[in-house]
Amino acid sequence: MVSIIDYGMGNLRSVQKGFEKTGYEARIVHTPQEVLDARALVLPGVGAFRDCLKNLESLNLVTPLLKSIKAGKPFLGLCLGLQILFSESEEFGLTPGLDIIRGRVIRFPDNMTAPQGTSASPVRLKIPHMGWNTIQVKRKPPCLEDIPDESYFYFVHSYYVVPEHVDVVAATTCYGIEFTSCIWKDNIVACQFHPEKSQATGLKILKRFAETVS
Amino acid sequence: MLAKRIIPCLDVKDGRVVKGVNFVNLRDAGDPVENAKFYDKEGADELVFLDITASHERRRIILSVVERTASEVFMPLTVGGGIRELQDIRDLLNAGADKVSINTAAVQDHVLVKQAAEKFGSQCIVVAIDAKRSHVNQGNGLPLKWGVFIHGGRTPTGIDALEWAKLMEEHGAGEILLTSMDRDGTQEGYDIPLTREISRAVSIPVIASGGVGTIEHLYEGLVNGEADAALAASIFHYRQHSIREAKEYLEAKGVAVRI
Repeated sequence: MVSIIDYGMGNLRSVQKGFEKTGYEARIVHTPQEVLDARALVLPGVGAFRDCLKNLESLNLVTPLLKSIKAGKPFLGLCLGLQILFSESEEFGLTPGLDIIRGRVIRFPDNMTAPQGTSASPVRLKIPHMGWNTIQVKRKPPCLEDIPDESYFYFVHSYYVVPEHVDVVAATTCYGIEFTSCIWKDNIVACQFHPEKSQATGLKILKRFAETVS
Repeated sequence: MLAKRIIPCLDVKDGRVVKGVNFVNLRDAGDPVENAKFYDKEGADELVFLDITASHERRRIILSVVERTASEVFMPLTVGGGIRELQDIRDLLNAGADKVSINTAAVQDHVLVKQAAEKFGSQCIVVAIDAKRSHVNQGNGLPLKWGVFIHGGRTPTGIDALEWAKLMEEHGAGEILLTSMDRDGTQEGYDIPLTREISRAVSIPVIASGGVGTIEHLYEGLVNGEADAALAASIFHYRQHSIREAKEYLEAKGVAVRI
């Protein structure tokens, strides 16, 4: 069974219900022991990077999480659950992350523009990057097996990850710039978009992830 | 490329959809979940529930609606109507809403949006602005102005809509849901100057609302009005057009949409 880590960063029910919709059970876990005992872990989360790490620390979940990932347990990070894996974030000065993936989390530059419709004048791109955008698949981890290149997913974020080593990149997305929207390294898959909010396409990822552990 | 969003809005009263999807074989046309599932299948990009329940039971009722919807439909869901305090927001998010839209309370309690954004993140705080052209400035050579109204459009606040949108962004709103009261219900199209001015004034996404009668209006709002998303109710509910038709039309005209 998949265990979803609850550390007070947003509502996890939609992730849980997403798994249930695809026919797999998922439970929400809170304690260090539950994380250690889990067969597979999902780390969701929305909100601020700093609070994310602070909450994981205050619940004593950092060590069991690192241990589980190191032990090769299947891990799926969603949104903030992707960003927190990185070495550091530019949000609120420089905040250290879990440093499992070498690299940095940075903010979209202001004043990005893009052409719009058939009109000649480009429009300023809004931040947060909010809505449906496509992913360009570079490498397919097992849970992205059913996802065609250029599939649409739902995004909502102002910061994006910049891995030091490009070989962890599984997919990218364009929003003013091309950024990493999914990473894959050994047992770790993590995406910037929200599969649990991406209708049927998103649920396929949850289903594949659950399948690998049941 | 980021797609422009098409968002159907459903009015929910006492847990039932008012003016729901017509002429479609829903098992229960008044059930919000059935309506949500229908729009999910049709390719809506998000859903908005506007709770217009007046009774004291309102909180319990809308929470149960949100909970049932969120277990069936996996797309972003915004809930607005009657949100007064942080606890209302927490309850809605816990029930499965992804965003809440705050209107009257944002005006009455200036720190609410700020506190909510700090507590729950900007991504889930939508500020709804009901704007109406102010007659005071018309014909006197001054640029057009729009005033903010609250209480479902009944009470003028004297606040300038443009300034209000900027202030709300500063306070941490993640998105603006902008309704033109002059156009709402007219089917004459969005108020394009209003939509464009607000969209240019803020760097957060703006959802255009009020006045859609044709799919051409959606195009105008997204391109001429520079909105990031187009919200509509009756053209979809009454099946004048399906969401798919609307998106195909937009795509043919060069607008990035998700089909």
